[in-house]
Amino acid sequence: MDMVRFFIRRILTGIVVLWLVATGAFFLFFARPVQVVAHQLAGRAATPQIINEVISRLGLNQPILVQYWHFLDHLVHGNLGFSFYTGQTVNSILMQDLPPTASLVVGGVILWLVAGLSVGILSATKARSLFDRFSTVGVLIGLSLPTFVVGELLLLIVFLPLNQNGFTWIANGYAGLSGGVGPWLGHMLLPWITLAAVQAAIYTRLTRGQLLDSLGEDYIRTARSKGLSERRVIYRHGVRAALTPVVSQLGVDVGQLLGGVVVVESVFGLGGIGQASVQAIYQDNLPVIIGFTIAAALFVVVANLIVDLVYALLDPRVRIS
Amino acid sequence: MSVTELEFEAQTAEAAPEQAIEGRSQWQLTWRRLRQDRVAVISLVVILIMVVIAIAAPAFAALAGHPVDATYPDNGLSGAGTPVGPATHGFLLGTDGVGRDLLVRIVYGARISLFVGVITTAIATVAGVSVGLIAGYFGGAVDAVLARFIDAVLAFPYVVLALALAVVLGPSLTVIIAVISFFSWAGISRIVRGQTLSIKEKEYVEAARSLGAGPFRIMFIDILPNLLAPVLVLATLYIPTAVIFEATLSYLGLGIQQPTASWGNILADAQNFYQQAWWYVVFPALALLITTLAFNLLGDGIRDAMDPRTERIFAARRKRRRREQGTPLAEGELAGTSPGGLPGGGA
Repeated sequence: MDMVRFFIRRILTGIVVLWLVATGAFFLFFARPVQVVAHQLAGRAATPQIINEVISRLGLNQPILVQYWHFLDHLVHGNLGFSFYTGQTVNSILMQDLPPTASLVVGGVILWLVAGLSVGILSATKARSLFDRFSTVGVLIGLSLPTFVVGELLLLIVFLPLNQNGFTWIANGYAGLSGGVGPWLGHMLLPWITLAAVQAAIYTRLTRGQLLDSLGEDYIRTARSKGLSERRVIYRHGVRAALTPVVSQLGVDVGQLLGGVVVVESVFGLGGIGQASVQAIYQDNLPVIIGFTIAAALFVVVANLIVDLVYALLDPRVRIS
Repeated sequence: MSVTELEFEAQTAEAAPEQAIEGRSQWQLTWRRLRQDRVAVISLVVILIMVVIAIAAPAFAALAGHPVDATYPDNGLSGAGTPVGPATHGFLLGTDGVGRDLLVRIVYGARISLFVGVITTAIATVAGVSVGLIAGYFGGAVDAVLARFIDAVLAFPYVVLALALAVVLGPSLTVIIAVISFFSWAGISRIVRGQTLSIKEKEYVEAARSLGAGPFRIMFIDILPNLLAPVLVLATLYIPTAVIFEATLSYLGLGIQQPTASWGNILADAQNFYQQAWWYVVFPALALLITTLAFNLLGDGIRDAMDPRTERIFAARRKRRRREQGTPLAEGELAGTSPGGLPGGGA
């Protein structure tokens, strides 16, 4: 019962956040002089006729609150708007560009979590060992490099020498799964590493810190003095307590992940949603940008909902407070 | 020891109290520990050198004889129109895509990166501390609204929104600073709010209130000084994040625009030439890495110096290991007072 109430409250909060984002986006984009908005919506090469057409089509000369109402009405019906260049709906652009983005996100997240957690646990249990030193240095470098630089360096150090020597399995661009798993993997490997690098560094550090903290607790000493094996002490008592803050951090990082996706897709030319949004920005394709922003917010809210649920399952205290 | 001896010692102690007891504030203690931390000191020196280089950027241009925006299509580009490598035709680090001196570009880029990093962190810190204090101190409805707002900003796909903002407002230095600040204050707010929640229940806050102090006096005079330590650590760690953020925006074409040099837009151009000109990617990346790494290491050092707890865990572990191996304890380790800091000794 607690669980259900908790979940319902979380969904309501999510809806409020979404509404806030949509409202923020709306006023940011539309609450400016009509000509400016119409010009930006219609893109760089707009003639006066096109601008007038945009004004009448979108009702930009109506009172701002009426426009706002229409905007929300469209949103509630799942319509994110139309591209000004192709006339495609933003929804269909999203669906069309989804495969590379989904491949990138799923593989990247798995790599990031597995690497971050395992290295973090290992270096906490072997604190100050040679392994710990190396992982600490690696983490610091990961934290200090922007994602796009990691990508560029991988292109320079891994991709270029391999390709110059006729080894073309590791490749640029995107190859769909329909062309076989092998080529798909070859295209995705570097992007996955790039996306995971910075995040894995954060998680390694977080896991290591949390685990060191929880291993310093009294109940760990109790567990040891009971005569439990070291392995059992660390994994059943230490890691379990250390994991909850890591999971809650996951919710915060989903938004960052999307930023990483934009960058990684641009570096490797994957052509997913992220690259489409950068392209939309260069073309001044405002409706697409607004649509993508709101879709991104939806993704973040849903992901947070899932993280909260997992968190509540892990830690019963959350449900009560 | 006889009674008279004790009395004698007591007298001398009274006679020279300054020598016997030396009061040290938290800041003095932190500074002492930080100075013993070799990595932190080196980081601090590196940062200072970077700042000097950034300030002296015109001197570098004059020394190299290549103004920052000057292109050298004749000797700065190869026959195929690609950049020339390091140490050719007087270009120490080679040239960029249009034949400008890469070293001079990188040095000028340091100005933008450091400026943006420090300014945005300062803005975000002031805003973050204020909002966190207000939310934590007043509680209730104020806190509920502000806390939701903080959560919303934290959970936001900020690169995506930053891109949208940069498009709507047009890319410029002011917009970049505004955007980065806007997405940086929330993390600080959350920490400050949490700390304020616990500090405001302390007796001395109650005492201040009973003396008739108003809420703002309590917040900024009584509570804030206790928060400065974690805020300082956070701020140091936010600078490299802001530098990275600026570079990312510039890489995506929405930050600093050509011909102004920034590490982000140098690296963005470099990607078009990575097959022919490794130096074009490697040197600006190195400049960025050294700077952000130094700030990260310094932040960690300050954190360790302010929080002796982490060191105590290790001291306890060392103690246990020594006991298991039967080696005697080194002096000072028993009380957990071994000099703070990063690795240094041990395995």
